[in-house]
Amino acid sequence: MIPAQFDYVRASSLEEATQALAADEDAKVIAGGQSLLPLLRLRLAYPSTLVDIGRLPELRGVQDRGDHVFIGALTTHDEVMRDPVLAAECPLVAMGAATVADPAVRHRGTFGGSLAHADPAGDLPAVILALDGVMVTTRREIPAAEFFVDYLESAMEPDEILTGVRIPKLGEGWGYHYEKFHRTAQAWAIVGVAAAVRRSDGAVAEARIGLTNMGPTPLRASATEAALAGAELGDAVRQACEQAAEGTSPPSDLHGQADYRRHLAQVLTRRAVLAAAGAH
Amino acid sequence: MTEELDAGMVAQRIAESDQVSEPSPNGEVGRRRRRKEDARLLTGRTQWTDNIQLPGMLYVQFLRSPMAHARITRVDVSAARELPGVVAAFSGQDLASEQGSLPCAWPVTEDIAIPEHPPMAVSEVRYVGEAVACVVATDRYRAADALEAIEVDYEPLPPVLDMNDALAEGAPKVHETGNKAYTWKFAQGDMEAALRDAPVRIDRTYIQQRLIPSAMEPRAVVATTDGETFTMWSATQIPHILRVMLALTTGIPEHKLRVIAPDVGGGFGSKLQVTAEEVVCLLLTKRLGKPVKWTESRSEGNLTVHHGRDQIQHITIAAESDGRIRGVRVELLVDMGAYLMLVTPGIPLLGAFMYNGIYKMDAYDFTCTGVFTTKMPTDAYRGAGRPEATYAIERAMDELAAELNMDPVEVRRRNWIKHEEFPYTTIAGLTYDSGNYEAATDKALALFGYDKLRAEQADRRDRRDPVQLGIGVSTYTEMCGLAPSRVLGSLSYGAGGWEHGSVRVLPTGKVEVVTGSSAHGQGHETAWSQLVADALGVPFEDVSVLHGDTAISHRGMDTYGSRSLVVGGMAVLSACEKVKEKARKIAAHTLECSPEDVEFSQGVFRVKGTGAQKTIQELALAAFAAHDLPEGMEPRLDADATLDPENFSFPHGTHLCAVEVDTETGHVKIRSYVAVDDVGRVVNPLIVEGQVHGGIAQGIAQALYEEAVYDAEGNLLTSTMADYLLPSAADLPDFVTDRTETPATSNPLGVKGVGEAGTIASTPAVVNAIVDALRPHGVHDIQMPCTPERIWRALRERAQA
Repeated sequence: MIPAQFDYVRASSLEEATQALAADEDAKVIAGGQSLLPLLRLRLAYPSTLVDIGRLPELRGVQDRGDHVFIGALTTHDEVMRDPVLAAECPLVAMGAATVADPAVRHRGTFGGSLAHADPAGDLPAVILALDGVMVTTRREIPAAEFFVDYLESAMEPDEILTGVRIPKLGEGWGYHYEKFHRTAQAWAIVGVAAAVRRSDGAVAEARIGLTNMGPTPLRASATEAALAGAELGDAVRQACEQAAEGTSPPSDLHGQADYRRHLAQVLTRRAVLAAAGAH
Repeated sequence: MTEELDAGMVAQRIAESDQVSEPSPNGEVGRRRRRKEDARLLTGRTQWTDNIQLPGMLYVQFLRSPMAHARITRVDVSAARELPGVVAAFSGQDLASEQGSLPCAWPVTEDIAIPEHPPMAVSEVRYVGEAVACVVATDRYRAADALEAIEVDYEPLPPVLDMNDALAEGAPKVHETGNKAYTWKFAQGDMEAALRDAPVRIDRTYIQQRLIPSAMEPRAVVATTDGETFTMWSATQIPHILRVMLALTTGIPEHKLRVIAPDVGGGFGSKLQVTAEEVVCLLLTKRLGKPVKWTESRSEGNLTVHHGRDQIQHITIAAESDGRIRGVRVELLVDMGAYLMLVTPGIPLLGAFMYNGIYKMDAYDFTCTGVFTTKMPTDAYRGAGRPEATYAIERAMDELAAELNMDPVEVRRRNWIKHEEFPYTTIAGLTYDSGNYEAATDKALALFGYDKLRAEQADRRDRRDPVQLGIGVSTYTEMCGLAPSRVLGSLSYGAGGWEHGSVRVLPTGKVEVVTGSSAHGQGHETAWSQLVADALGVPFEDVSVLHGDTAISHRGMDTYGSRSLVVGGMAVLSACEKVKEKARKIAAHTLECSPEDVEFSQGVFRVKGTGAQKTIQELALAAFAAHDLPEGMEPRLDADATLDPENFSFPHGTHLCAVEVDTETGHVKIRSYVAVDDVGRVVNPLIVEGQVHGGIAQGIAQALYEEAVYDAEGNLLTSTMADYLLPSAADLPDFVTDRTETPATSNPLGVKGVGEAGTIASTPAVVNAIVDALRPHGVHDIQMPCTPERIWRALRERAQA
């Protein structure tokens, strides 16, 4: 398909981008175009102006900031999955980025774009939610738990731009795994599970679990997280993971009905937790 | 007749069929030549239809019906006409007097209902995506914007989506004549007797889901006129057939119309069509006197490229208790969609003679009914009728094996035509000229490690491993090399199955080959060069191959049905023989001997017993100079040949697939895949392997991934590649491919055709493997595509039962 007509502003600074957004209430930010371009081409979105922030180098790159890692919004998925700081400090982020779409998309699509798009089927929102990331925008800082408001809707204002994400370092003793279930390598997750697990004496001491595509926003599997505290690797973990779909409201679509997604959430959570705990 | 047709040599080759032949030391046939085409294709130095720019070009976009079935009560294009850049806008009504009806060339029965099919709907729409109006503008974007200014009023009519419902009494009608297009029958032997007291009877129903052919290059059309003559570039498989059909449809005289298929990026049957867009673009250039271009978007293509498959298959096998088949009965419902397009009704007939597969039996009964629904019409898609047939019989053979608690390979062995029984006339009336099912199967079993995998399967079953192993077998054959014209005539097809080739040796000794078979990704330029290089003894690099333009290649039947090498390549070889005979006469004249005393080898004509000789290049120059030619000989070293094949060819093979099925999630992973195909003699192993790999991938895609889904209102839900899943290399295992070589006896080279074999064979291999993994859980079928959710539900239902 062919997009409808729009104006185009290539911002040379964040201020210019913010002004352009404020000047046109139907303006949209574009960075890598991973999610917006398909919407434009299918004429599912009709922005009157595209504000291109893709050439602002200050928004790109990963920085080790002591107690947390800062990921610039324009860092591509490919850069995220290969970054040595993330590999050492927040490997779950790299694991999630490595499953996004295909290599071509991962070289264009941006980390911040995937989060700002707030698609619950995207892999990164659940990862960032599980890690208690903090979204840094042109105006404020928003904890991930408050950032994802509804389907394709974030807490940001129309003229607010995501500049990066702060991810607290969890420190020693943690293991990580992102378990994505999809039908083809390029497809969205039917269900995905991001797990961070701290292990102690053959049991799970602490777990954080983010769920992809189990509702209109990414979700934490809170009941399972609570039940996992102190759970022995084995039947206790299995039973804890049977609560993974509690409080979720997964969609029914061509790729899976809600009951199937609930079932998958339980199985995949168990697998993700065990893998993160190094049990498999 | 060439020396290779000698019966003794054919027999010898069959005897050697386990051996794959090597090329002769200087020979081209059999060499792994990289494709001549690829450098220009990969570097973008070529012309796809959409790349073509003409002065003053205008751009066309179509407004398409959002309703599956509705009366059109009003179309108002006036607001669109006023928009900037818009040159013209037309409704179907505006073109009604000149647009005619899209052709159906295969009226399979006397009483078939062939409804009018206007390129743009005039009074009624019958599927979502049917064109109702068009805009012509100075660029593509303005044309697309202007579509939103067109007003159309629809009066909804009930959609007709399910074939069984469509045939029920009182069902809403797609066309006034009703929802049945035709019923076609074939019977041989006494099926009632075969069924009577049969010790074993297998009755199964399989659904061939609707598929969307997804060629890499979307459809595109450019049409232009100088006021008198018309030229069309189209991303088509069939420039020659298209020219004839456009002349018949639009009334533009055939000799005033040139059709060009430039480089075409795949078709898989979807570009074997005369489309609404082609007809309308021709009418638009005629009306406006300017060149026009239309290129579809991918989602437009998902809606309106003809779809494939979509059959409900009932198959019954009557068998003895030792597994030998008495007879097979097949009843099909075939979804035609809303209209009959070029060969829509004939597709199931291409499978009608294949449900007996490679097996011997005494009775066969086939009935198919074409049904109209309010969906995109179906038509040819890779394999066209034969994948459906192979799926049904190969799935049912596994069911027969399971019923008898017999190994699925063994039940096939007991039924297949033995090597020494060829040529063999099957129950469906075809004569399979050659084959060696034993050799292909033995080789496949060895490569696969069949016994070891069976042992692992038993172990996983014993351990109740959540990941179960399944093994699937598919021993297929197919009829290809379409086709003997008399057979097509007997099936009421509207044309013949011959092919044309011409060979001209230029004054410098270089060779131009013109083929009527229009390549769209197969590598004709490379393979034909190899054929001609060997036949005339000239270097591979000295041959160029021209095709795809009716002004250059004036006669042809184009490319589909794995016919190019078997029919088109053999026509080129036949022309080479004529060139050689002519050159021999010139050589004899020049060397002052009789033509019988001249022998030919590797491009050189020698007088037997002397050192006197002339090269073909010297003779080409002599023919050009024409100073001293034999009495009455025309001064050119050229020849034409039009060849009508004497029989179909029958590639066969054995495909084995091992899958791991995760019983917790339903996920299927293909663990290993072995294909041993017998496609006769191979001209270029690299091209053959490419065809086999792509074919297997496409067949796996039907088994696991692809399905065109319409909702209850008749909207296509799978209009983008996010919802219509195509596998990529990342989703597929490394295929192990190998060959046996049992030459066809129906052509001098012994070639059979390979374009569709992989697709035909692989789908049942995969599904048989999945079902094999699940049988201990009480699951005996999974409907395609075998999605993880379907597998999980099947397991859950059995567990709850």
